[in-house]
Amino acid sequence: MDLNHVPQEGNKTLAGHKKAVYAKDAGGHIVAVASKGWEVEEIVTSQAVEEMRALADNARQNVLNDLSAPLEYWMYARRMDLLLLAQSTGIWRWRIRRHFRPEIFAQLPHKMLARYAEALGITIEELQYLP
Amino acid sequence: MTFAHHRHAAHCESGVVSNLISHHGMPISEAMAFGLSAALSFAYLPFIKLSGLPLIAYRQPPGAIIRGLAKSLAAEFRFETFRTPAAGQARLDELLGQGRVVGLQTSVYWLPYFPEDMRFHFNAHNLLVYGKEGNEYLISDPVTEQTVRCDADALSRARFAKGLLAPKGLLYTVMKLGQAIITPQAVRKAILKTCRTMRAPIPIIGVRGIRMLANKVAKLDPAARASSLFVGHIIRMQEEIGTGGAGFRFLYAAFLQEAAELSGMAVLAGFSERLMVIGDGWREFALATARMVKGRDAMNPIKLADLLRDLSRQEEVFFRDLKMALT
Repeated sequence: MDLNHVPQEGNKTLAGHKKAVYAKDAGGHIVAVASKGWEVEEIVTSQAVEEMRALADNARQNVLNDLSAPLEYWMYARRMDLLLLAQSTGIWRWRIRRHFRPEIFAQLPHKMLARYAEALGITIEELQYLP
Repeated sequence: MTFAHHRHAAHCESGVVSNLISHHGMPISEAMAFGLSAALSFAYLPFIKLSGLPLIAYRQPPGAIIRGLAKSLAAEFRFETFRTPAAGQARLDELLGQGRVVGLQTSVYWLPYFPEDMRFHFNAHNLLVYGKEGNEYLISDPVTEQTVRCDADALSRARFAKGLLAPKGLLYTVMKLGQAIITPQAVRKAILKTCRTMRAPIPIIGVRGIRMLANKVAKLDPAARASSLFVGHIIRMQEEIGTGGAGFRFLYAAFLQEAAELSGMAVLAGFSERLMVIGDGWREFALATARMVKGRDAMNPIKLADLLRDLSRQEEVFFRDLKMALT
């Protein structure tokens, strides 16, 4: 890639940041240059972000329909999945899945809620409701 | 307080280690750090999942650059992990109090200065801490243009994130530098190691790994949403995760060009040119994929697989010739 081909497309996913890419200058030297982004990167990053947003939205609907607990929404809203939440809390996956049931979630002891809240980086109050 | 050796880098680990070693009195470029540690690679690891997608890496596993470079320069690093965040923070403060610059392994997700859309749960992000003011740490993160600040709670959370590659508060400092010059022997050894990795007789590594990924892509169902997510994920690993473009190929070409100036290594200049061309091929693959993800072109897994197979062939020839030129 030549220096004048380094994309400067102002990706929204970079939010004003610049990333270093390597390209050849006029003298044939390969140098690091700051890039405002390439649309290709924006497309694939947005795709991943959208996918996680869709999972959170889906969980939100389930909570509103009383099919799931806010815990599931918060898990996706914090860009986690069941495996990562299990690793972050030390709670087995099947137990977390059980805690997704609204009637079980409503009865969780304070201590258990605190473990989830800590791993998700939110307060216990936040954990119990949709934002 | 400023940090004189902050340089914007393509990749966190090679950026951190080259800035840290430069700080200790041995100027070294990011590309040289990357090449000398034989960090270029390819690995397709379907049994390790990130948010349900297989791990695809264009480089050696996290930690390999620091350890590889330490070996190559006969340098001594000290690595420490901690059981509790409190102990980790106390030790960091102690080292900063001694005037040391400290490397950390962190999770990108919990670093507040990262752009929102870039905050994924990736646990092997490296950065340097060079001071503390009040409750804020002064950070030289090589993937940001300027130095940044991060409050103590957020940094602590980032250092003690759980999950795959959990950092456990890992911090590292340079104890001593062994040799202060880069020898042609060390460069030659590192390049031959990369040639071995890229041509390893293991189906998921190197050029064979690229071919295996191509076979997997060829079998994708063009109509399925999961297919689009899968190929998009390949491109994110190749272009977005701090690679300097083309999955580190441009960075490695920069290393070959720099190494060509050492005595008896002039032959590398031509290889640097050739790798830049291969890198452009990877960018074309990324562009073709993104167009399909966006729906501008019809999803065509067979075409993408063919592009990958072609890249695999080109790299196979490249690393064979590179090895022959050095032996």
